[in-house]
Amino acid sequence: MSFSCRRPEHKAPPEVYYNEEEARKYTQNSRMIEIQSQMSERAVELLSLPENQSCFLLDIGCGSGLSGDYLSEEGHYWVGLDISTAMLDVALEREVEGDLVLADMGHGVPFRAGTFDGCISISALQWLCNADKKSHSPPKRLYRFFSTLYSSLARGSRAVFQIYPENSDQLELITSQAMKAGFTGGMVVDYPNSAKAKKFFLCLFVGVSGALPKGLGSESVEKGVAHQAMFTGERTRFKNLKGKSLKKSKDWILEKKERRRRQGREVRADTKYTGRQRKARF
Amino acid sequence: MKLLTHNMLTSHVKGVTKATEVKVTDVDFNSEFVSRMIPKIEWSVLVEAADTLGHLNDLPRDLPPDYESSEDFLRKVHHVLLEVEVLEGNLKCPESGREFPITKGVPNMLLNEDEV
Repeated sequence: MSFSCRRPEHKAPPEVYYNEEEARKYTQNSRMIEIQSQMSERAVELLSLPENQSCFLLDIGCGSGLSGDYLSEEGHYWVGLDISTAMLDVALEREVEGDLVLADMGHGVPFRAGTFDGCISISALQWLCNADKKSHSPPKRLYRFFSTLYSSLARGSRAVFQIYPENSDQLELITSQAMKAGFTGGMVVDYPNSAKAKKFFLCLFVGVSGALPKGLGSESVEKGVAHQAMFTGERTRFKNLKGKSLKKSKDWILEKKERRRRQGREVRADTKYTGRQRKARF
Repeated sequence: MKLLTHNMLTSHVKGVTKATEVKVTDVDFNSEFVSRMIPKIEWSVLVEAADTLGHLNDLPRDLPPDYESSEDFLRKVHHVLLEVEVLEGNLKCPESGREFPITKGVPNMLLNEDEV
């Protein structure tokens, strides 16, 4: 990942970047809405709240309240923090059920100790890594945010942040400040092998911690780090086939026919003669 | 802003002053949630805030010991906590005297850089 102008953090501070025009996108652009709700769904899943219980949750960078809508659907009560008035206006227009507060997360979370049963945040934390004012110091702001958040969460609860980290340094800065504030936990990466579907979730625990949940679509990665080499009696004659069948074999022919059928081409039906060896006398 | 949120704000903003506009909205009653929230609430602050808004709803000054079993009481608390919303007004910090305005139901908790 290199320095590019596609990242909104590089354009302007959040209270300026999320103006009325940008905020309108969050009610009109169906793709944006879909992505936001998918990520909130996954974040709530990672929170692993007790079932059939209404919880009191905090949504950091709630924006137009898309993530909050999902929380309300699940029967939870929530409070949303955001720094952009334009986004909060959109949330008011949409008549979200949660309570909204205009605040800067770098100034800390202004709630009493043990208030919330959990915290989610969708694509907001990376904004804290930028210094938009002379007086801003990203490590200090992150630390202030995490330490006040830590105290406002109930023991045994979790905080899940979906983030778009710019590079590994940024990731390290965020996690180190979170650990300093007393959190345990770490990163969960969904679909680590996909460039587009890859999503980073920072899962933090307060007090008693469970095992870190696994990222989606990461099974193949974990297979690679087995503790022992597997024994196999198989002869490896065709090492570089990569899962493909041996050329001209029956399986290869059947696969090829299937592939062409999928492409919508005209293919003869499979019979008992398909891919059968001819007799030697032929 | 709901009184539940108000009650949970850190000590520097406890008093609601000059609430000029109050709205009451219907929120589904959930007795389990309300009874779970009551121990977390600072009761005297809630009563005081509800009183200044004119929505005291016959709440007692002291929290009754057997509140979990009384649905009638829980309904009253539910009304005050979740249905009464302050649309316009001010929050005042009792210690520093700093005022935070509430506009359209959203409290503005932004601090100046010298206040951080």
